[in-house]
Amino acid sequence: MNYRPYLLLAELTHRCPLHCPYCSNPSSYPGGDELSTADWRRVIGEAAEIGVLHAGFSGGEPLQRSDLNELVSAARDAGLYSNLITSAIGLSQSRAEELKKAGLDCVQISFQADEPSLADRIAGATAHARKLEAARMVSKLGFPLTINVVLHRANIGRLEHLIGLAEELSAERLELANTQYYGWAYRNRGLLLPTREQITQADRIAQTAKARLAGKMEILFVTPDYYSERPKPCMNGWGRRFMTVNPIGDVLPCPTASEIRGLAFDNVRTRSLSWIWNESESFNRFRGTEWMPEPCRGCEFREVDFGGCRCQAALITGQPGVTDPACSLSPYREKLVAFVQSCQQPQAPDPALESALNAVAFRQNPLDAP
Amino acid sequence: MECITDQSRPALARGARLSNDKQTGEPMLLFPEGVVHLSTTAHAILQQCDGQATVSSILSALTGEFDADPAVLREDILECLSHLQGRKLVVIT
Repeated sequence: MNYRPYLLLAELTHRCPLHCPYCSNPSSYPGGDELSTADWRRVIGEAAEIGVLHAGFSGGEPLQRSDLNELVSAARDAGLYSNLITSAIGLSQSRAEELKKAGLDCVQISFQADEPSLADRIAGATAHARKLEAARMVSKLGFPLTINVVLHRANIGRLEHLIGLAEELSAERLELANTQYYGWAYRNRGLLLPTREQITQADRIAQTAKARLAGKMEILFVTPDYYSERPKPCMNGWGRRFMTVNPIGDVLPCPTASEIRGLAFDNVRTRSLSWIWNESESFNRFRGTEWMPEPCRGCEFREVDFGGCRCQAALITGQPGVTDPACSLSPYREKLVAFVQSCQQPQAPDPALESALNAVAFRQNPLDAP
Repeated sequence: MECITDQSRPALARGARLSNDKQTGEPMLLFPEGVVHLSTTAHAILQQCDGQATVSSILSALTGEFDADPAVLREDILECLSHLQGRKLVVIT
């Protein structure tokens, strides 16, 4: 099998003006200083040399970095296609124009809901109106626009309206991504996981809209793997196509890999990206199929889903090297099923929303943020 | 979706960008969240898609370059453009 990174997710900072309780950033941030501009420029150049084609600038909120322009420019010079993954807070017209000039290729803006008061409650910040303004401005400047909405119990009932919002904003692409339960989201999962009925209904709405908008707007609906029989092919295989560099320079095979206790990550301050990709313990630990225990080892799907998600296995079973419990064949499946069962109380949308938003842990910023 | 004819003026969709894969030297089309690796013919076709040139003028430009049967090349051009139009990577202006 060939291992080539196609996508670099550059998490420039963990600082963020929003406090979304579904954030998959780690709920305990790694200590240390953010990478410097020079470090990032070097990382971007090295990424292009080892085969990366796409750079996603993310965070936290990447606009919190005043050198974003310079980094976008470095990506362009290295021949990378760049995507800004943003809350849009801080994306003024002049900043967007500068980014365009620096060679930014496309923009992805998150929305928390279609309706301002709910959206702002979920974000833990006054943000919705500014997002609308930024999305319109971004389109006008000629950027392809992706709208990303993370779905959970408090907003999944608004799906039709969310699709309407993306249409109104002339988005090229709408990602309706059910929450992935890592980091802050894992901490809040009992309050965020929709009921099975909510998921079934949302899936129906998404499929209908997909057919209706074919050729006009691409719609991606990602179901939560908690409700699936088969695990997701996480990262299309560990260390196979993807790498994340986090704000302090640790290189991770997946954005949430720091959930795996006991796995040490190498840092771009001391090692080249090429060495980390090819030689490091962290990238080789779950690469290929050699590491797999049963039932993965003998499974016909082992190179389809790659055993699912290592972080999820670690979070739910305490062991990163076992079959993802999202797989119906996992010996630990019962743990997931029991949790999912506990989330099925039929609740009217409003009380569910109220109780969720009153009890969740809103995402906090790193205390030592510069 | 608009049907592509000899008079259509194709252009790359916004956000779609031609590039070369540094690892293989082969041409490719980059776009949000993806990449299409291109054949030499597809690359030559897309290089002409500036929203001004019609399919028939692209055909005459490439007939010389590839020393190909124009009828076959015309089919190749229409097929390539329709495929990429279906993927929203090419638009008709």
